[in-house]
Order: sequence, then C-alpha cells, then structure tokens
Amino acid sequence: MEPFKSHQGLVAVINRANVDTDQIIPKQFLKRIERTGFGQFLFFDWRFDDQGNDRPEFELNQPENKGASILVAGRNFGSGSSREHAVWALADFGFRCVIAESYSDIFYNNCFKNGVLPIVLDSDTIHQLMDRKQNQADFQLNVDLASQTIVGDDGLKIEFEIDPVMKQPLLEGLDDIGQTMKQEEKITAYELAHKMAPVSQP
Amino acid sequence: MISQAPQTMFQKIWDQHLVHKEPGRQALIYIDLHLVHEVTSPQAFEGLRLANRSVRRPEFTVATPDHNVPTTDRLLPIADPISRQQVETLRENCKEFGIKLYDLDSINQGIVHVIGPELGLTQPGMTIVCGDSHTSTHGAFGAFAFGIGTSEVEHVLATQTLPQTQPKTFEIRVDGELLPGVTSKDLILYIIGQISTSGGSGHVVEYSGQAIRNLTMEQRMTICNMSIEAGARAGLIAPDEITFEYLRGRAHVPQDFEAAIEKWRQLPTDEGAVFDKQITFHANNIAPQITWGTNPGQVTAVDACVPNPSDFSEEHEQQSAAAALEYMGLQPGTPMTEIMVDRVFIGSCTNSRIEDLRLAASLVNGKQVHERVNAMVVPGSGVIKKQAEEEGLDVIFKEAGFDWREAGCSMCLGMNPDQLASGERCASTSNRNFEGRQGKGSRTHLVSPSMAAAAAIAGHFVDIRNLPSEKS
Repeated sequence: MEPFKSHQGLVAVINRANVDTDQIIPKQFLKRIERTGFGQFLFFDWRFDDQGNDRPEFELNQPENKGASILVAGRNFGSGSSREHAVWALADFGFRCVIAESYSDIFYNNCFKNGVLPIVLDSDTIHQLMDRKQNQADFQLNVDLASQTIVGDDGLKIEFEIDPVMKQPLLEGLDDIGQTMKQEEKITAYELAHKMAPVSQP
Repeated sequence: MISQAPQTMFQKIWDQHLVHKEPGRQALIYIDLHLVHEVTSPQAFEGLRLANRSVRRPEFTVATPDHNVPTTDRLLPIADPISRQQVETLRENCKEFGIKLYDLDSINQGIVHVIGPELGLTQPGMTIVCGDSHTSTHGAFGAFAFGIGTSEVEHVLATQTLPQTQPKTFEIRVDGELLPGVTSKDLILYIIGQISTSGGSGHVVEYSGQAIRNLTMEQRMTICNMSIEAGARAGLIAPDEITFEYLRGRAHVPQDFEAAIEKWRQLPTDEGAVFDKQITFHANNIAPQITWGTNPGQVTAVDACVPNPSDFSEEHEQQSAAAALEYMGLQPGTPMTEIMVDRVFIGSCTNSRIEDLRLAASLVNGKQVHERVNAMVVPGSGVIKKQAEEEGLDVIFKEAGFDWREAGCSMCLGMNPDQLASGERCASTSNRNFEGRQGKGSRTHLVSPSMAAAAAIAGHFVDIRNLPSEKS
C-alpha cells in the first residue's frame, strides 16, 4: 500500500454536504474489472454535460482548482455506496488528502487502503480554509501526518486528530493482508477453538 | 462464577469474534460469512492472484451476480459487453478459488442480501461482510453485518478476518405500534429523517421496542437494510421466536437447530446494558413517508407539503434542500400527493421480498396502472419470483399493467438496462434517491411497496390510509 507521510499541494473546495459516492463515481463506471484509470470518471455527471463538455460551474472545472491535490469538502463526505472506486477515482485524479467535517465510515476506511489521508476538522476550521481559498486562488497546504499538522502557505497552522491505529499503517504503507498473515497462529487457534475444520492451504 | 457487567448484543458478538488485539493496532475480528457479487470483487481476486494468495475459507464464501444482470430474458447473453465481462469474471474467479456461486441459471440467484437470509446462510450472532453497503440488511437476524470496500474484500478472502476499530453502540427504540398503512419502510425513512444521513456514523444501531418486536423478518430486514442510509456501521435487531421460525428448515441452518436456538437466545442485550447513544421514537406519530430530496434524510409525511429551504435551521441543510429541490424539479409548498410520477419500481434489497410483493399486489389487484406510468416489479431472488408466481401475484401485476421481471438489483442503481430517462420521476421502493442514481437526471422518491403500488395506479402519490382497501 502507498504510504502517506507528508504532502504539499493546491487546495480545491467543494462546499457541499453529503457528497455521496454515487456522485464521486457514477455507477456506469463500476463495470470495469481493473483498479486503475478511474480519475477520468471522477464526479462525471457534475463535471461534464450531455455532450461531454466541461460544466464551467462545477468546482473542479474552475481554473483555480486545476492540479489540486487536497480536497476540502462539506460534512458527511463519501456517504452511501461502499464502492472503493470512489477513492480510486479521487486518487487517480491526483487527490492525496481530503479535509472534511465528517465522512461515511466505509469511505473513511477505504481512503486508508489507498494512501489517501482523510482529515477531520471542525466546521469553523473548515470554513476558515474555504475562506482562504476564496481569497487566494493558489492557496496551498502542507499536510504532515507524523506531526498531525497542516500548514498553509500564508502561515496558517492547524493541528488535527487521528486515531493512532489508523495513522501508523498509513505512515508505514504496510500491506494490511501481510500484517494479518503474521497472526496466522492466532487465526488458526481461533478456528480450532470454534471447532472449524483445519484449512487445507493456510 | 464471577457475574459479568450487562452487555449489549453488539458487544457480545464483537467479543466472540475477537481473534487478536494488540496495542497500537486495530482489533482483528473473525468473519463467519463473506458474500460476494460481481461489481466489487474482481480487483480483490486479481490482488490475490498478484500476491499468489488463496482464499482461506472458500466454504464461508458465497457469490451471486446481481448488480449488472438483466431482468429480461435470462436465456439471452448479456447485451452490454462490459457487464457481461464482469459477470463472467465472477464466474471464473469462483471457479478458480473454489467458491460457491449461485449463477444466472440457478433459482437461488438473486440480490445477495436477499439470498443470504433465504438460504439460511445468515444466522444470529454471526459476523457477515460483503463489498456492498447494504450488508447491514443481515443485522435483522442479530448478526453484525457491514459493508466493506474492495481492499477489505481481498483481506477477508485471504485471511477470513478483518482489522476493525470497534464501533460505538446506539439504541433506537420505537415504542407503540405502527398504524394501519404504515410499514417498516416508512418507519426507517422517518428515523433517517429525524437523525439525518450521518446520525448513525461510527455506531452500530440496535433497534428495539414494541414496534420492532412486532415486525416480521422481512420488515426487520427493510429496517436494517437502510441503517447505512442513516450513516450507521450496521443495524441490529435481537433474534426472537420470529427469527427462529423464519430460519427453521432453511437450507444452511445448523443441523442441531434446537441447540442453535438455545445459543442464539443468549445474544440479546442484557438488562441494564448501556449504549453510547440512545433515542426513543413513538410509532403512532408516524405517517407513510415520501422523500422529496436527493438523500434519504430529505423525507416527509405523505400528507405534508414539499418543504421550503428556509424551514431548515442549519445553513448546510438549507443549501442541500435548495439544490435538491432544483434537481428534483419541485416547488416548496406543493402537497406531496400532487406530485405526478412517470415510473414505478418495486424491488431492491430493501423491498423485493415476498411480503413486499404481496403488499403491493393487494393494492393493484383488479386495477390498472395509470396510462402515463410505466411500472415494474423485480423480485429479489429466483425463489421469491417462483413463490410469487405460485401465489398468482405475477398475474395480478401483469393484468394491472406492470412488467414482471427476473431477479436482480435492477433499477435501484441502474447498472443494467433498467434505468430512468433524464427528468423522469419515479416512485421507488429502493434505498437511495441520490442524484442520477436510477439514471442520469433521474428523480427518485423513496416509498414503501404499498405507496409505490398506489402511485402506479393513481399516477401521483396518494395517502394510502385514505384508500378503502387499506382500512383494516
């Protein structure tokens, strides 16, 4: 898994609450059997009109958000469907970090599996970030996971909370499955204690 | 023996499945049942192949194609080549990794959350996962069941375990009894309207109280199914005699069923156990519900009007409401019963079980679908379709002018050809009214099966409590 240590990048703002994963990646793009190439479909129905042209009113189509890698969004971001394709699309589009007041549980977990850092901040701080972006089109942030700090190019400094059990694997970029497989003895012991037949191919 | 502090049902299930816990890491929990469908699994199987890993417990893993499958003639190949490839990929993966597949030619094929309970695979006290948010459905049996992403699907395939952070607990008690014409769909929509689509975030909701205890298993599944729409990690309902009678005799229940029941009787939350959060509702305050917006929390009573954004206190709610009304093409102050519908969809993992179909059929029996309305019924599984046909429900629907289809997810999310055209308005028994969910530009109103059936006949929403047939 790709680690996340620190990241500096341009901020884009989507100031909407309850952005669901059906919007992040509409269902017609879930038929692919690959894990890559979803960025082109990110926010597809919001980004493009029926002729495939950019909708100028959509946030990510606006010039000041081109090349952004940090997304600041409203509360309950990533709600609805469990589709990990939503995070694949965000990451493939170039986002390494999302900052919102809250997330749906499944989306939040999916971020960690793909080297994307979802940061939770309170509503006032989120609005502060949104205001700064509005006043400064090229507003950048530097996000450092180890020290749990966000520093703006204007001197703004914010600390954020994150559960250490989520933070550490992301910092290290560990292969989750490999880590669990180190607990093979414990898993086998559990299975024996629950009278399961031994696995043929552990 | 040392007496233990009272525990919630969730805590009991969690403790029973804890494989390992060490400081600084998430807890590792054992997964009893892993359900797999074609959309969220191909990348997981590919991951196994790339890492040269096998499926640890193929016997605890069950697959069926549901999201992409056409609901028309099953003898024809799937027309959309990408959908076809995804269904074929599931077939090949199941063969390669030794996983039981209920394929398109099986009567047991259906929506994954419908067939699990139907086959008796879903049982009280289990941990159940699936790469699908509506896995919460299985919580109706007192199982800890939750949706996961594809990376986690791969993790479960490889290890039969999952690292998890223990969620908090949230009791939602519903006192009293639902009034005539009011279904469990209305109840869960009402609850989501009250606590919002993020009200359950980080929590496992246990539903309790008289109104819940009175529900059949089908009705309980509708409640737990939409727990995810309240943002909850999972929904739970304590198993009881209704649960046991539903499961008795089903294909995969334990051989010593009486012993299993004795074990399951230990699961319900102990007297005096403390939840992290608690809220109580009164069933007799609840009317049939209709969503007016673009998330399931944007819902109101059938006898109410489309709200005005200024009715909401929070700024983000006002913004969301304004955007939703524009998308939905609705004017504030319009009575909900004056909203005309173009399409009616009865189906999905929320409301496609036999009771749902019986309920809908009871409202259309001898009547005709409104000439402007295109209506369809999509049973949740091949078994339900067959049972409904044995009961003559298909004839009732077809004579009324409904399409009668094969099992699948269908127009709930329109990954198959069952989609709304842009601007079409649908009364739908599904679970999500998100923008574009049922087709680009589609306008979805979530309702119960009886409300959907009544709208199909009238061409607009009606308060089913005022219909003669509903007075009982």
